[in-house]
Amino acid sequence: MTEAEIKQAVRDALSNVAPEVDLDAIDPAMDLRDQIDIDSVDFLNFVIGLHKEFNIEIPDADVAKLTTLDGCVAYLVARLDGG
Amino acid sequence: MPSLGADMQFGTIVDWRVKPGDAVKRGDVVALVETEKGVIEVEIFESGVVESLVVQPGQKVAVGATLAILNGGAPAPVKAPDRVAIVQPTVPIAAEMPAQRDVTAPESQRLRVSPLARKRAEELGFDLSSLTGSGEGGAITVGDVEKASARAKTATVSSIAAPVTAAKGLDLGAMRRVIAAAMARSKREIPHYYLATTIDMRKSLEWLATENGKRPVTKRLLYSALLLRAVALALRTTPELNGFYIDDVFKPAEGIHIGVAISLRQGGLINPAIHDVDKKNLDELMGNMLDLVNRARTGHLRSSELSDGTITVTNLGEQGVESVFGVIYPPQVALVGFGTITERPIAANGMVGVHSMIDATLAADHRVSDGHRGGRFLLAIERLLQEPEKLYGN
Repeated sequence: MTEAEIKQAVRDALSNVAPEVDLDAIDPAMDLRDQIDIDSVDFLNFVIGLHKEFNIEIPDADVAKLTTLDGCVAYLVARLDGG
Repeated sequence: MPSLGADMQFGTIVDWRVKPGDAVKRGDVVALVETEKGVIEVEIFESGVVESLVVQPGQKVAVGATLAILNGGAPAPVKAPDRVAIVQPTVPIAAEMPAQRDVTAPESQRLRVSPLARKRAEELGFDLSSLTGSGEGGAITVGDVEKASARAKTATVSSIAAPVTAAKGLDLGAMRRVIAAAMARSKREIPHYYLATTIDMRKSLEWLATENGKRPVTKRLLYSALLLRAVALALRTTPELNGFYIDDVFKPAEGIHIGVAISLRQGGLINPAIHDVDKKNLDELMGNMLDLVNRARTGHLRSSELSDGTITVTNLGEQGVESVFGVIYPPQVALVGFGTITERPIAANGMVGVHSMIDATLAADHRVSDGHRGGRFLLAIERLLQEPEKLYGN
C-alpha cells in the first residue's frame, strides 16, 4: 500500500467512529482526543478498525503511537514495510 | 405504549415488527416507537400470538394506551411495567417534538412512502428513490430511511446543530422541557445526600495493562468495565441503593442493571442499562458496553434498556472532570459518579509516592439510605478495585 492509501484508510477508520467530523479540519500532528469528541470506547473501536483494515495485530503497548493521524500513518507504514 | 421516561407522555409507532398471526415471546422486539429519547425498539412483556395491531404507524398515542391485542383475549399489556427511568440529567438528551407526528393511519398505508418517512428523508436530504421499502407492498417506512441513513454514516441519533442531519431530529425546546421536568422532579422529591471518596487505581490499572498485553485488540478491556463490575458487586452488600422508590415505598430490585451514560455524537446523552452486571464477566461486560454504545448512537436501543436501570453510573472522567455529584434519576435511589484518573501524591507504607487516583462519588436518596450505608458502599467499591483479578467474574 502507498502512504497515501494508508492515510485514506486511517481517515476512513476515524470516520467510522466519528462520522460527523470534518477530517480536513483535524491537525494531523495533534492528539485526536484533544480535537474531537471521542472517548475511550470510540478510540478502542478506531484501533479495532485499523486492525481489521490492515489485518495486523496491534499490541497494547503500540496503542500510544496511534493518538495522532500522523502517528497512525507512520506506525502503519513501518508495520506494513517491516511486516 | 410503554413509559420510557419519567415525563414521557406520548409515543408514536414508527413501524411494527410483527403482524397478526405472529407468535411472540416476552422480550421480542415488536415495534419501533418514536419518543423524546429518539426511536426505541419496544419489547413485548408477554408471550402469545398477535391477534391485531390497534395502533397504526404514524399515530401518536398516550403512554398506557393499548398498542396491540394478543391471543384474541383482553387487550394485552404490550407495555412495560410502570417503573420509569429517565435519561442523564446533566446534559441535553435526544428528543423529539411529539406534536409534529400526527399522521393519520389510512393515508400512510396507501402511499408507497409513509409521510413520516418522507419527512424524515427530507430532513436527511435523502433520495427516496434509492431506497427499497420493507413495509407492506414495498412501502418505504421511517425505519428504512433511518437504516439507510445510518449506513450512509450521516450523523446519528441526535443533533443540536440546526439543519437536522441526524436520523432522529432534535427539538431543543421539547428536549429542555423534558430535562427540566425530570430534574425538577428529582430535586423536588428526592432528598439527596452526597458522599465522596478517592480510590487508588494503581493495582487495577497495572492488572489491566498486564491483561491487555496478553489480549488481541478486539478483546481489550477498558477500566470503565472494572468500575461497573466493582459497583455491581458492591451493591450486593448495600441493596438499599439498588431499586426504586415508588408510592412512598422502596422496592429493592432483584437484579443489578446499571444505567450507563452514553454521549451521542452530536450532542445529547442517553442512559440505557446493562442487565445483570454482577453476573457477567469482564469480557461479556465489555461486549455489552461496546454494543450498547453502538446501538445508542445508531438509534437501536430497546425499551427494556431504558426502563430497567436500577442504578446509574456516570463516568465523566474522559471529559476531564475530577468529581461529579449528579442528580438521581427517579425512581432510582442512587447515582454513582467517577471522575478523571489523575496522578496524585499518596502516602503508602510510610512513604510518599505517586499513584493513579480516581474520585468516586455517591448521590443517594435519604429516604431510603443514610450516609453510613452509603459510606460502606463506597468503601466496598474501593476494596474491590484493590483486587482487580477478583473482579473478572466467572
